Amino acid sequence: MFLQGYLPSILDGAMLTLKLAGASLVVSVVLGLIGAGFKLAHSKPLQWLAELYSTLIRGVPDLVWMFILFFGGQMLINDIATKMGWPAPDIDPMLAGVLTIGVIFGAYMTETFRGAIMAVPKGQMEAGAAYGMSPLRVFFRITVPQMIRFALPSFSNNWLVLVKSTALVSVIGLNDMMYKADTAKSVTQQPFTVYVVVGAIYLAITTVSILVLNALERRYSTGVRESEL
Amino acid sequence: MIDFALIADKLPSFLGATDGAPMMSTADGLLMTLELLALSLFFGLALSVPLALGRVSKNKWIARPVWLFTYVFRGTPMLVQLFIIYYGLSQFDWVRSSWAWEYLQSAYVCAIIAFTLNTSAYTTEIIAGQIRNTHWGEIEAAKAMGMSKWLMMRRIVVPSALRRALPAYSNEVIMMLQGTSIAGLVTLADLTGVARRIYADTYQAFEPFLVAGAFYLTLTVLFVWLFKRAEKRWLAFLGPRKA
Repeated sequence: MFLQGYLPSILDGAMLTLKLAGASLVVSVVLGLIGAGFKLAHSKPLQWLAELYSTLIRGVPDLVWMFILFFGGQMLINDIATKMGWPAPDIDPMLAGVLTIGVIFGAYMTETFRGAIMAVPKGQMEAGAAYGMSPLRVFFRITVPQMIRFALPSFSNNWLVLVKSTALVSVIGLNDMMYKADTAKSVTQQPFTVYVVVGAIYLAITTVSILVLNALERRYSTGVRESEL
Repeated sequence: MIDFALIADKLPSFLGATDGAPMMSTADGLLMTLELLALSLFFGLALSVPLALGRVSKNKWIARPVWLFTYVFRGTPMLVQLFIIYYGLSQFDWVRSSWAWEYLQSAYVCAIIAFTLNTSAYTTEIIAGQIRNTHWGEIEAAKAMGMSKWLMMRRIVVPSALRRALPAYSNEVIMMLQGTSIAGLVTLADLTGVARRIYADTYQAFEPFLVAGAFYLTLTVLFVWLFKRAEKRWLAFLGPRKA
């Protein structure tokens, strides 16, 4: 039997990897939009805050951030709980993983969205305001639909890096593909086969992602004339 | 909240002063990270120039395999690549009985092989993109001078493509600097590896990882600055004309 029946367990891990990546993406998009909003805001402190966030996160490896946010965060929560006299809370590793990866990639998304928003002609937003739309409505009705086209290439890249980063989460105790592979490796004594299967699953995820994102890019570039040489 | 005495006490470990030895006496910590980075970038760049030429080759028997190589290595996590090499190769008896096993057993060698292959895949695509971007006028001029294909590649196309690849390559170098942090997961004592050891000894999470993070941040800022200087020097001809 292939991998002594460990394939379903690895596929289970793949499901967790996908869920984790999807949920982290949502967190990172929200944080990225907030970060981009701060960077483009007229208030200096907000700009500095967003700058600090994106620089600190992008200058330090994901793995180190996972250790800081996960282990450090856990200790911080336990400390606070002890001081308050509460029982030490159980931290759900999945939630912690989603927040950790989401916070890290939010910094990358901040840059993506900042550039994309700046690429939308200012007159569009002004026209929206002239129609009496509230700033929030201008943002969601005018800015977002037009910035997607400019954001997609860098967004795609961030998503692919994010998917590959999820390979690190077994260090913070999540039962993802790499964790299952570790068990399968020890039992089957076929480490090469196990990790090649894991690699192939990652490759399948990235391949499907690239196909979908390319289709989206074509969709959102409808009507844009390409210059031909 | 943060224990500064612990940081002061453990800081030398990040600079190679393991077990009370003087600083820089072992390659642990900062030196290990820099060593892994320098060696894999060196071998990676050396590999990727010929690979990039293969990638843009009109012969599909050369271009397709190179495409496959870059596609697979860019589409999978570097951690998986490292584990395939470090843990995976032991599955094969012929590898274990070969002369190379002595080297392939070492996490250091495996990490450098994995990092080299990974960075060369990304760098190949960066350089190949710039080779394709070469202005047709330059190629026409080279042909008009009677250069052979290889002379043209060596004197005109590759040098100019390498210069233009600099901004994208600087990104790759910084990604690799951060990528080397996974070396700690295969027992190596790079910056992250040292931080993990301190964490395991003291159960203090913030201090060791914040120090490691500060080292990476400093290195990143330093590299960004160095590459800015390099771009000024080698890409000056692409900048706006000075009055």
